Amino acid sequence: MSAPMTESYDTVEEHRRRGPALLRSNTLWTLAVLVVLFVFFAVLKPAEFATTFNIRNVLTESAILLVLAVGMTYVIVTAGIDLSVGSVLVFSGVVAAKTMVALGGTTAGWGGILLGALAGIGCGLGWGIVNGLLVAKARIPSLIATLGTLGVSLGLAQVITNGSDVNRIPSRLSNVIGFGLVAGVPWLVIIAGLIAVLFGLLLALSRFGRHTYAIGSNAEAARRVGIKVDRHLIKVYALSGLLSGVAGVLSLAHYSTTTIASHSSDNLGAIAAVVIGGASLFGGVGGIGGTVIGVLIPGVLRDGLIILGAQRFWLDVAVGAVLVVAVFFDQLRRRARERE
Amino acid sequence: MTDPLLEARGVTKRFGHVQALRGAAFTAHPGEVVALIGDNGAGKSTLVKTLSGALRPDSGEILLDGRPVDFAGPVEAQRRGIETVYQDLALAHDLDAAANLFLGRELTRFPPLHLLDRGAMRRRAVEAFDELGIRLPDMSAPVRQLSGGQRQCVAVARAVAWASKVVFMDEPTAALGVVQRKQVLDLIRRVRDQGVTVVLISHNMPEVLAVADRVEVLRLGRRVARLTAADTSVEELVSAMTGGLDQEAA
Repeated sequence: MSAPMTESYDTVEEHRRRGPALLRSNTLWTLAVLVVLFVFFAVLKPAEFATTFNIRNVLTESAILLVLAVGMTYVIVTAGIDLSVGSVLVFSGVVAAKTMVALGGTTAGWGGILLGALAGIGCGLGWGIVNGLLVAKARIPSLIATLGTLGVSLGLAQVITNGSDVNRIPSRLSNVIGFGLVAGVPWLVIIAGLIAVLFGLLLALSRFGRHTYAIGSNAEAARRVGIKVDRHLIKVYALSGLLSGVAGVLSLAHYSTTTIASHSSDNLGAIAAVVIGGASLFGGVGGIGGTVIGVLIPGVLRDGLIILGAQRFWLDVAVGAVLVVAVFFDQLRRRARERE
Repeated sequence: MTDPLLEARGVTKRFGHVQALRGAAFTAHPGEVVALIGDNGAGKSTLVKTLSGALRPDSGEILLDGRPVDFAGPVEAQRRGIETVYQDLALAHDLDAAANLFLGRELTRFPPLHLLDRGAMRRRAVEAFDELGIRLPDMSAPVRQLSGGQRQCVAVARAVAWASKVVFMDEPTAALGVVQRKQVLDLIRRVRDQGVTVVLISHNMPEVLAVADRVEVLRLGRRVARLTAADTSVEELVSAMTGGLDQEAA
């Protein structure tokens, strides 16, 4: 137990553990599933599936969901849930659209677009703070609190628009952010990718991330060592709301309309992605790397099945089955590890 | 005898119509293991909570190094060198041992971002465990994967690493097997040998006599006996707990 022994003990352990630890890592297994899926479709339909065009298409269709799922990962790691993301996306999109229409409509300049985007993202942040206050201060279970804001925000979005979509979106916004490419990569994918990298690093490497895991693991323990649990939870839900706002603006850019009626299952899509990515609904476990893969697996599956000519309704069947199978295998692995 | 390190005098605490503490007293000296025992409902937990900052007494005073203190919460008590190992351990089970040791007190770099300094935390955690002779099979495994005794060791090591004065341990061996129980008792002795006072709350009389230097007995919210472990017996402890012995009757 002398000091020099400590050093060698630690480094030997490190070396011995690194290999198996990597093999046991959830993320690696999910990545393997994604690769297998990709190879499967690429072999069956090389001419249609494994093309730059199609891959770009899959990534674009997954980008907006990824932005929602990044925020959802933080919430789920704290052992919470945010059902309101799709509705907050719609509300933010509506406010952003209304603002842009007021500032020039289809011919609005970048100034108007920026103001509209900020208004939308600000609304997302606001809804997130409301969720956070309901969960942390009013002590309403997150499932109920965010179910409430899901209804309220979607309802208010319809009140603002009288139920009909806002269409006169600035063409600059949809041409550049919605469909534009940079070096062959769509703007949507770049923005979603940057968000995933930024918040992935924050979750994995920062004190903020560490406290997020600690609260999801054992909130009472976190409180006792002086972590300000309530304030942290409010920040986490605020982040989820903020990213829903960003997703609202991206959606507006991509579809050139507010798509009020099309986001009722976004929350479930984001939750599924986070869980497929290896997060535990009991909190304390999860990561953005896994979530990225968790977004892409259903994305690739849908796209591949469409190319194979499957009837559209089978897509949901397949994605639902993948979710259950993924969580089942994850449970098996976890149990095996705990028995070690 | 040395001057008391931590002292409670005439502490009362009432919850609704339950009078938990009725002028309770307690004394802990530097560098000793003192056991606090008493029957269920004697007020042990309440007294420990007032001493560790988790509860404010209705009346009476708490003295640290002879000076009255009034802790606003456990975090303030921690800042003054008083740590508690809770019965439920209060560990984050999905984080590894080093992360738990530094929970809420992480070492960080680049102040605005507060990025974790994992290497430094790992090194200092290994040092802290080594000082107490604790060997963990895998420093990078989540605490969930450790045995009950190992988890207990992590919780104790965390308290000791930050406690400069007193560590409270609430039933530290209650959930453990025989071998692990011995490990934890050895650990308690090593903590004392490092100069940190250990206050042990336990129901297990033989264990108390084996590890403690002194025993203080609480009954119906009041201290009824102060005994030296070497000069007492299980029978005498039980007698004090059940009202047969009262050294401090008014």
